[in-house]
Amino acid sequence: MSDTEATPDDVRHVAELARVDLDEDEVDEFADQFADILDYFDALDEVPTVERESDLVNVMRPDEVREGLSQAEALSNADETEDGYFKGPNVS
Amino acid sequence: MSIFITEETVEGADDGPLAGTTVAVKDNISTAGMRTTCGSAMLDDYVPPYDATVVERLKEAGADIVGKTNMDEFGMGTTTETSAFGPTENPVAEGRVPGGSSGGSAAAVAAEEADLALGSDTGGSVRCPAAFCGVVGIKPTYGLVSRYGLVAYANSLEQIGPFGATVEETAALLDVIAGPDEHDATTREEGADSNYAAAADGDVDGLSIGVPTELVEGADEGVVETFYDALDELESQGATTHEVSLESVEYAVQAYYVIAMSEASSNLARFDGVRYGQSGGYDGNWNEVFGTAREEGFGAEVKRRVLLGTYALSAGYHDKYYKQAQDARAWVKQDFDEALSEADVLASPTMPVPPMELGESLSDPLKMYLADANTVPVNLADLPAISVPAGETDGLPVGLQLVGPAFGEETIIRAASALD
Repeated sequence: MSDTEATPDDVRHVAELARVDLDEDEVDEFADQFADILDYFDALDEVPTVERESDLVNVMRPDEVREGLSQAEALSNADETEDGYFKGPNVS
Repeated sequence: MSIFITEETVEGADDGPLAGTTVAVKDNISTAGMRTTCGSAMLDDYVPPYDATVVERLKEAGADIVGKTNMDEFGMGTTTETSAFGPTENPVAEGRVPGGSSGGSAAAVAAEEADLALGSDTGGSVRCPAAFCGVVGIKPTYGLVSRYGLVAYANSLEQIGPFGATVEETAALLDVIAGPDEHDATTREEGADSNYAAAADGDVDGLSIGVPTELVEGADEGVVETFYDALDELESQGATTHEVSLESVEYAVQAYYVIAMSEASSNLARFDGVRYGQSGGYDGNWNEVFGTAREEGFGAEVKRRVLLGTYALSAGYHDKYYKQAQDARAWVKQDFDEALSEADVLASPTMPVPPMELGESLSDPLKMYLADANTVPVNLADLPAISVPAGETDGLPVGLQLVGPAFGEETIIRAASALD
């Protein structure tokens, strides 16, 4: 069995963190499925530590102004806009 | 059951290597002025203001785009059944799935609705549907093809890849889309002046093929038989085969899903219904409104992966899941590098099973994940792979997967073309 059994409360907690509302049926279904999937993921405990290749280098470019989307284009898919801005819900 | 989500034509340039060729484009690749839904209700009416780099290159090469193809929602699935627009039927296997997540693109080529198609492959999403629909599909080396304008699911794993009816045609489409792009910093110089199509000369004399036993043992009996028949054919043309062992692949599916879900939970945070996508309204606290938008806009598989990814990255679990998955990824890479130091290519069945019946896999997500056992290791290792038709079992298509070294596209194309 998994060390970390997924309870309906666990599912509600991550759903809140991820900003995804769920109905109660979904919570119960996900709790069952997550238990199976997390149990399966437990096999990763057996993976040995491997020396990772570190031949990666940062790739930089000059920070120059380039043409981008126009304001109208950027707003074209927003459900609501106001005075050329996106309109969102209240920030509490 | 439809192949396309949106059927609209965009004509390409008059001249070019793909002039007169029709191409279907997966619906997570941005097309300026043409709806791009990602198979999700969230983006039901999203119209990109710009073209993906690969779409620009298609048009410049003279290709005519004939529509946007059905797909698992945001690429999350192996059957194209998680699409908010309903499933697609396999054109060559009645009552069966076309594979996924780029199922519509493979089906478009198999049904001759398009000459060629583009898909994206995060854990097998080009190779799986190619195998299931009896067409050719290529997952390029990470960094060969620009992802600019591809709606991100798991950035460290995914590549856009081509489909075609033959290896040569598929390689010709790869020639058009490959090469550096200033809009995608992960692209490399490789592919700039490629001529992959010329590599499809069918010459496998002296080719050394490694067969990872772990990727054959678990497969369906009929699939294994068809696979070995195809290997016999390659041997009769001068190739040699030997068994290799990739011990790490036993952990590849777990590592893949932890990494893909973690990246997805971060990538899909952008869908809050404010700048684009389904709005949750404007009344009340923003957290509640975003929660509503995402409850209504996302389907079950997307919610599952976003939640599991959030869990894997959350305080107390990061080391257990994400860090160990990265260790497993490094191990898989090492294993492939070693095996490819003693073979030109590695061969396995693309999928361990023939195409599933429609509706069969939706109820058990873990079972669906396990079907990706042979394709996900390649994404973890950043390597190129091709799926080419190997034959049939009980009238159902079987694909042969060939994996090559990084930027060794010519080698896998040459090898696969011997089966054309």
